[in-house]
Amino acid sequence: MAAAVRLEAVNAGYNGVPVLHDISLSIEPGERVAIMGRSGAGKTTLLNTIYRHYADSVALIPQASALVANLSVFHNVFMGCLDRHSTLYNLRTLIWPPAAEIKAVTRVLGAVGLEDKLFARAGELSGGQQQRTSVARAMLNGRPIVLGDEPVSALDRVQAREVLRLLSERHETKVFALHDIRLALEHTDRIVLLEDGRIALDEPSAALSYERLLPHFGDELR
Amino acid sequence: MRKSGFLPRLTYASTTWIFVLAAVLALPFADLAVSALHPGAEFARLLAGIVSPAFSAIEVWSIVWTVAFAVLGVAAGCTAGLVLAVFYDRSRLLRFGAAFLRSVHELFWALFLMQITGLSPATGILAIALPYTGIFAKVFAEFFEEADRSAENVLPQGASALSRFSFARLPVVAEQIKTYTLYRLECGMRSTLVLGFVGLPTIGFHLESYFKEGHYSEATALLLSFYVLIGTRRLWARPATLPALILVSFLVLPAAVGNSSLWANMARFFRHDIVPAPLRPDSPAHAHAWTAFGSWAWRIISQQMGPGALETLILGQIALVAAGALALLLYPVVSRRFLGRAGHYLGRAMLVVVRSTPEYMLAFLLLQLMGPSMLPAIIALSLHNGAIIAYLLGRQADQLQLRADAPKGASLYFYQTTPTLYGQFLAYVLYRWELILRESAIFGILGVKTLGYYVDAAISELRIDTAALLLVGVAVLSMSVDAFSRHLRRRLRIDGFPVRLSAAHDADQAQSPATYGGPAHAQQPVV
Repeated sequence: MAAAVRLEAVNAGYNGVPVLHDISLSIEPGERVAIMGRSGAGKTTLLNTIYRHYADSVALIPQASALVANLSVFHNVFMGCLDRHSTLYNLRTLIWPPAAEIKAVTRVLGAVGLEDKLFARAGELSGGQQQRTSVARAMLNGRPIVLGDEPVSALDRVQAREVLRLLSERHETKVFALHDIRLALEHTDRIVLLEDGRIALDEPSAALSYERLLPHFGDELR
Repeated sequence: MRKSGFLPRLTYASTTWIFVLAAVLALPFADLAVSALHPGAEFARLLAGIVSPAFSAIEVWSIVWTVAFAVLGVAAGCTAGLVLAVFYDRSRLLRFGAAFLRSVHELFWALFLMQITGLSPATGILAIALPYTGIFAKVFAEFFEEADRSAENVLPQGASALSRFSFARLPVVAEQIKTYTLYRLECGMRSTLVLGFVGLPTIGFHLESYFKEGHYSEATALLLSFYVLIGTRRLWARPATLPALILVSFLVLPAAVGNSSLWANMARFFRHDIVPAPLRPDSPAHAHAWTAFGSWAWRIISQQMGPGALETLILGQIALVAAGALALLLYPVVSRRFLGRAGHYLGRAMLVVVRSTPEYMLAFLLLQLMGPSMLPAIIALSLHNGAIIAYLLGRQADQLQLRADAPKGASLYFYQTTPTLYGQFLAYVLYRWELILRESAIFGILGVKTLGYYVDAAISELRIDTAALLLVGVAVLSMSVDAFSRHLRRRLRIDGFPVRLSAAHDADQAQSPATYGGPAHAQQPVV
């Protein structure tokens, strides 16, 4: 089977500053991968690089929730499937949402526990609610690869588990940048650890332990 | 040390001295006489009129039409400007077109449009809509450029451009567009008022005759009603009332004066009137048309455009420096740092008066009082712009974070606030230069021999071709000064500072860190 993601000896930078060096990474369809590492190690740049190469098949959950504050939660989630409808239909939905779309959006919002906020202004939500809206948008998008940059950082542990489980059900291949070691061990099959823009470790989660990973984070985690 | 061009190394001080020196050198060429026989007596009559407004004389329909023209003109300009703003960064031609539209004053547009649409509502509405389209296009384009793109970046690949725009771009800047458009509606009402001075049935039409005949009580009443209209704008012009406002504005429009055919006028205007006389088919010089055209153009450029442009620059230079000096004197009076709450209220009051009093009307009034010279124009321009810059500086001074043992009074003024805000002050003044110049050109209609004088004369003699060439001169002068001002601000490294009145106003209203300006505010000296 062809790999879902394949990067070979990729270098990437941000604003002209090299961040990633010689990254080779292959992810099979169906895999759940955690990208870990200290802040500044290149996790976000790696996700963005994957996104650039596979934009057509990726649902993205960016680190900042990237919502349009002035639009409702419904419209922000609906944005996940703008490519599937005609422009006219999209404009109509902006002004007068069809019942079918409301139903579809309510379903994904229900999964993240936000169905009561359907027509609330996105700007009025709390940080955690915004993050869950961003997750719902990716779920509605439904493309086979989900890239999540700290997709549960603003949620408590129970919610975080639930959201990661839902994303796993919805999308075939999952790549998450995570900083929570236990969550990563529990919810992914494979952990890729970045250090200074290089892959320092790439092993199945089952073969790793909290104690083994901890030293790689220094005093960033207490 | 970087040296470039003909200018010495620019510092805040050297820039200031160069501008002051230029204004001093301009003074001998400016006609500053007070030629009225009894200016004191006339002024006393004005004061007596101001304290006894004659409210029974208010021409209600002129107020209705002022609002209707402004609403429709601004709505049309806003819509067209929004469309242009979307493509603004993709087309140099479009940017140039927008710059041209806004560099020509609405009064000039009105004088020209009258040749086609006559004394009709269309003239009033288009005279506002055309320059405002240019302004809206530029400002909205800046909003889009500075807007948060993060939501747009996450959109699925393959969504159409219009879908992307309407979901992830327009809603992000909708709030700014709304606030700015409603702010511009106020400016639009000021502009429509002034259109009355050239014959459209707005408030200015009646003000002109009241001022001319010395009926100051009537003029005061009419003007007060206009202040009330502007002061209560927030109550009657809001997003929810806009559709009704636009509809009602359409319904109440006056009938056009005279009934001439629009198409016939347009054909005549574009095929004959605006074509340079030597190039017209019926020209006697038809055989050597281009030679004749050359000497025709040179005659206008050397005898009208040149002297007119010089006079415009002289007036603008003196008014600019006077406005700057006034602003520096006045800003402590409207700042909480110096006068506490009184400063706050004084500032608000000053802003309302300044924003509701068109410079053109002020110049017209002063002209009636003092007699024809450049002096009324200088006073009107420096009062208006000086007060606006003072208000803006006052707000900036309020926001400064001072140490607990900061000095007070004069020491605070000379050692703290003025030096700290000086770059910001220069940014405001240089930004206003182009606005002052635009207005200086238009004051020619009042008799000062700036470019507007020659444009007005040419139009009244129905030499539309001459007027059109002169108008190109107006646009070039205005755009050059704009470009030069931008260059200076870049060299002084003050190009990131906020300059617009609307921006300060939003921030003040919202009681929050400025809602406009994004990255620009990062460079503000102290926030």
